[in-house]
Amino acid sequence: MKTNRAVRTPGGLSLRLDLRAVTVVVLLLVAALAASVVLIGTGDFPIPASEVLKTLLGQGNPGQEFIVNELRLPRVLVGLLVGASLGLGGALFQAISRNPLGSPDVLGLGQGATAGALTVIVLLSGSAAQVTAGALVGGLVTGFAIYVLAWKRGVHGYRLVLVGIGVNAIVTAINGYLLTKADIVDAARAVVWMTGSLNGRGWDQVWPLLALCAVLVPLVLLNARGLRMMEMGDDISYALGVRVERVRMLLLVAAVLLTASATAAAGPVSFVALTAPQLARRLTRSPGPNLLPSVCMGAALLVTADWASQRAFGADQLPVGVVTGVLGGAYLLWLLVTERKKGRI
Amino acid sequence: MLVDSPPEQRAETAPAPPKRRAIRAFGLLASVVVLVLVAVASIAIGAKELSLEQVWHGLFQDSGTYGDVVVSERLSRTVLGLLAGAALGLSGAVLQALTRNPLADPGLLGINAGASAAVVTAITFFGVGSLAGYVWFAFLGAAAVGALVWFLGGSRGATPVRLALAGTAISAALFGYLQAVMIMDNAALGAMRFWTVGSLSSATGETIVQVLPFFVAGSVLALSLARPLNAMEMGDDTAKALGANLNRTRALAMLAATVLCGAATAACGPIVFVGLMVPHVVRSFTGPDLRWILPYATVLSPVLLLGADVLGRIVARPAELQVGIVTAVIGGPVFIFLVRRRRTAQL
Repeated sequence: MKTNRAVRTPGGLSLRLDLRAVTVVVLLLVAALAASVVLIGTGDFPIPASEVLKTLLGQGNPGQEFIVNELRLPRVLVGLLVGASLGLGGALFQAISRNPLGSPDVLGLGQGATAGALTVIVLLSGSAAQVTAGALVGGLVTGFAIYVLAWKRGVHGYRLVLVGIGVNAIVTAINGYLLTKADIVDAARAVVWMTGSLNGRGWDQVWPLLALCAVLVPLVLLNARGLRMMEMGDDISYALGVRVERVRMLLLVAAVLLTASATAAAGPVSFVALTAPQLARRLTRSPGPNLLPSVCMGAALLVTADWASQRAFGADQLPVGVVTGVLGGAYLLWLLVTERKKGRI
Repeated sequence: MLVDSPPEQRAETAPAPPKRRAIRAFGLLASVVVLVLVAVASIAIGAKELSLEQVWHGLFQDSGTYGDVVVSERLSRTVLGLLAGAALGLSGAVLQALTRNPLADPGLLGINAGASAAVVTAITFFGVGSLAGYVWFAFLGAAAVGALVWFLGGSRGATPVRLALAGTAISAALFGYLQAVMIMDNAALGAMRFWTVGSLSSATGETIVQVLPFFVAGSVLALSLARPLNAMEMGDDTAKALGANLNRTRALAMLAATVLCGAATAACGPIVFVGLMVPHVVRSFTGPDLRWILPYATVLSPVLLLGADVLGRIVARPAELQVGIVTAVIGGPVFIFLVRRRRTAQL
């Protein structure tokens, strides 16, 4: 199969189309939606998939309508949106830092958001909405701090990663301190939040996330051309006419916003931002940032992980972050072993 | 992040002129003096201030007065700080040389996470409640993860990138496990949240006796590896040509680093940045010769750790800030400063 095809419009515009990438995106999208339907049907009151579809189309009975539309649909939507945001944020960070490990979890954004949330939980004993706001502020401040500290006539990938790791360590220590200050009830609440969970997420979380994604995802995708050039290095991209620092700043701000708001909505769900872009890249087999596949992969991963945790441990026993952490770690190990055999790392 | 250390410094590795050697030896002596001063401060300063005479009295003419009791309490804490600090600094320096990675750190290679996971397992599933009990679990966990990282990192063909990736992957997986346990078991959470920040306050004579053999063995091994590690810093091919046994050196260095870091983590919990920071600082004035870096790191790392511990007692008096928090809050900015000062090409 020829994988690249140029599409020409009558107006003289042309577009290079990577058929394999398109197929991957479609398949991942289908997988994410299918997993969502199954997830909506899973719980203390199981509903078969056909009934779920019927209810979503507005033809269910009132009882099922309440469960599906009020309780489970918003949770699944939050899962999809958080997964998509983390996937995109991770892909952006990895592309900008030019390092597969340069994901938001490693750079301290997750910890920064956690610090904000812990401050609210431990010092202010705030409500759920206040915790969300605290996490958002924490993530944004951390992202801003990393960018400013890494700035020195431009932001270079390695410096960004290193500064991020430094900030990560500081914030982790602050989090540890806050956790020791808390009484045991607050500490338990904080640990659940820190793991990342979709429990009890409702329409209140869906709308802001949806609005943010609706603005940022197209914005990022439109600017992705420059990102592709930037993988070749700053000098070459300048020569090719990319305004490197501007593109980088725009995309970093977008990535920080996406990650911080996703973390505020569901807690720092580990490993999605790290693995989704890697998995997507392996499926499309194409170099470059693979932004759209990463978005779909993130959404599919998170919803599937949530379903797995409910299936394996019973409804709402174990937060989804535990599953993504363990699965993500295991996947990375597997990757290391196979890549080592092929001698490719 | 995962790039070799700057090559142009290596030209200096040739035998230093006598004058420079004298300066370095004098610097080492001065560092020892600083260390003694910090150790005395660590005994004197705290919720109850002691004068120097009281410290002297408690150390050498113990007669059971209130001041003497305070001294003996703080003495075990100070001794543990000395040992753990030296161990962390040495293991950091060895790991940085071994992986040729300026960022190598017990935390990055997953060794801390291994110890933490083992301690959680001990507390939750084996009902071990005392430090004396879970010290051994922590040590086992650190050693196991060290070996696993070593194997997954490609043992014979280990490269800096592979080692770091393997370490990160294992840490993340273990972290997930740790959180799962802490969520499901409130008793474990109660014990763990204090252990995971890193603190010297639980030190007793018994702890020191238990971990001392590991500290001694690890330090001797690490210090004896300075020469072959020097050769390895020049790259595998050059090292081979110079007659270094690559596999043996790698295995021994990994063993030394694991033993040192595992013992330190077992006794005090995961303390970040000491192992990362001190070798960097030392390197900036000794140059790249590990025969100097390792002894300097051994002496200066406890200065940092004890200093941080004292600071934690001063800042939050009469309570205290755990030393792991202080080292991270001091170490983070220093680390960022180091990163910013270097030219990008060197990172």
